[in-house]
Amino acid sequence: MPKVRIPTPLRSFTGGVAEVVVDGTDVREAVANLDVAHPGIGERLLTEDGQVRRFVNVFVRDEDVRFQRGLDTELDEGDTISIVPAVAGG
Amino acid sequence: MVRPVVDRRAPLTHEEIARYSRHLIIPDVAMAGQERLKAARVLLVGTGGLGSPLALYLAAAGVGTIGLVDDDVVDASNLQRQIIHGTSDIGVHKVASAKASVLEINPHVEVVEHRTFLTSDNALDIIADYDLVIDGTDNFPTRYLVNDACVLLGKPNVYGSIFRFEGQLSVFWAEEGPCYRCMFPEPPPPGMVPNCAEGGVLGIMAGHIGTAQGIEGIKLIAGIGDPMIGRLGLYDALEQRWTYVKVNKDPACPVCGPEPTVTALIDYEEFCGVPSHDRMVEADLSLAELEILPNEYAEIAGKPDVVLLDVRETHEYEINRIPGAVLIPKDTLPGRLSELDPTKEYVVHCKSGVRSLESTELLRGAGLRARSMRGGINAYSKQVDPSIPVY
Repeated sequence: MPKVRIPTPLRSFTGGVAEVVVDGTDVREAVANLDVAHPGIGERLLTEDGQVRRFVNVFVRDEDVRFQRGLDTELDEGDTISIVPAVAGG
Repeated sequence: MVRPVVDRRAPLTHEEIARYSRHLIIPDVAMAGQERLKAARVLLVGTGGLGSPLALYLAAAGVGTIGLVDDDVVDASNLQRQIIHGTSDIGVHKVASAKASVLEINPHVEVVEHRTFLTSDNALDIIADYDLVIDGTDNFPTRYLVNDACVLLGKPNVYGSIFRFEGQLSVFWAEEGPCYRCMFPEPPPPGMVPNCAEGGVLGIMAGHIGTAQGIEGIKLIAGIGDPMIGRLGLYDALEQRWTYVKVNKDPACPVCGPEPTVTALIDYEEFCGVPSHDRMVEADLSLAELEILPNEYAEIAGKPDVVLLDVRETHEYEINRIPGAVLIPKDTLPGRLSELDPTKEYVVHCKSGVRSLESTELLRGAGLRARSMRGGINAYSKQVDPSIPVY
């Protein structure tokens, strides 16, 4: 099943775990399943009308899904979804 | 490989040849690279966590001119990561403190002091004098400002940012690849992503990411290696792992795209909805009705219908607390509103007044009476009860 890399600001939803495994044939399904497993995390990634929030970047196969098929980007068994939020600290 | 950012060379003195010997014997650097470093003018935006190792190592490496932009003074809470400043520098202007450290390491470097924060009014004038900008700021408005100014002036911008155990690294240079806005078109809404003052950062992360930015800077100046253009490095300290993702140039980018809608600097605090610093919330008249001062709370603290609500995390509560406070961490508050009593008046506090303001708005939205303690427990300590430690 695809893996999801969870960034620090969202690890409060996964009990501190950095990488979780979810079922899903595309990103939309994987995010929905991620939210079922870790309630609340979906809202941090998607807007109310189901779009990826503009300050969050979702990468599949190291490529931004905005430049692929968005939430319809297909997933293979071995794929890793990376969630990259904007952080500004310095 | 991209063209070197600095095409000029400044001849080295005998003293400098001796000093930079370990560079000069690397074939990729050699005299040409070192003389480019000496000719280079690099602007460091911020002399904090990232700016500290950047200034120290770039000075040691022989970058000829280093500009320092900051308008902050050294605070005790900086010293856990801002290693260019020392204990005796507390209260000293950061630019002055950083300059002294740089010159102690390498007196051949020229340090240009910019004792100001970078703003939409001064950014283009300041950045225009430099070959390369390295962004070591601590807040979203300045990050977008640095990006837009660099795009408008055609300057490369070495980006790094840190949060807790995580770091990001990239090179944004619109003439050669994407810019920051291609990656993050919009800032997060206020309160959604905590800053380091609210969320914390492992101090040594600043060294790791800052030095990585410095390496990118030197590569760009000398024209060596493969700079991080179009790539974002993500560093996770807990797993001691770097991962890399591709950053695409966005054809619809409002700044660096073919049909830009942002052609001059804008009001970045308005764009981001937050002030350009990561410290305490300053007085804002529009907040007056939502907020209560620590000494005002002290006057009503004993009243039976007043409840002090602490919305920090449990591990912060372990550091310090105001007697009588009820702890409900901000993120758990939406699910615990039913525990609150509509007949009470809530005074909400956090560390410095950001999370409590957000929680106050949540409480009010739920029909509860609430005010946020301005400046949080740190202000309460200073104004009301100095026996409470400040963190």
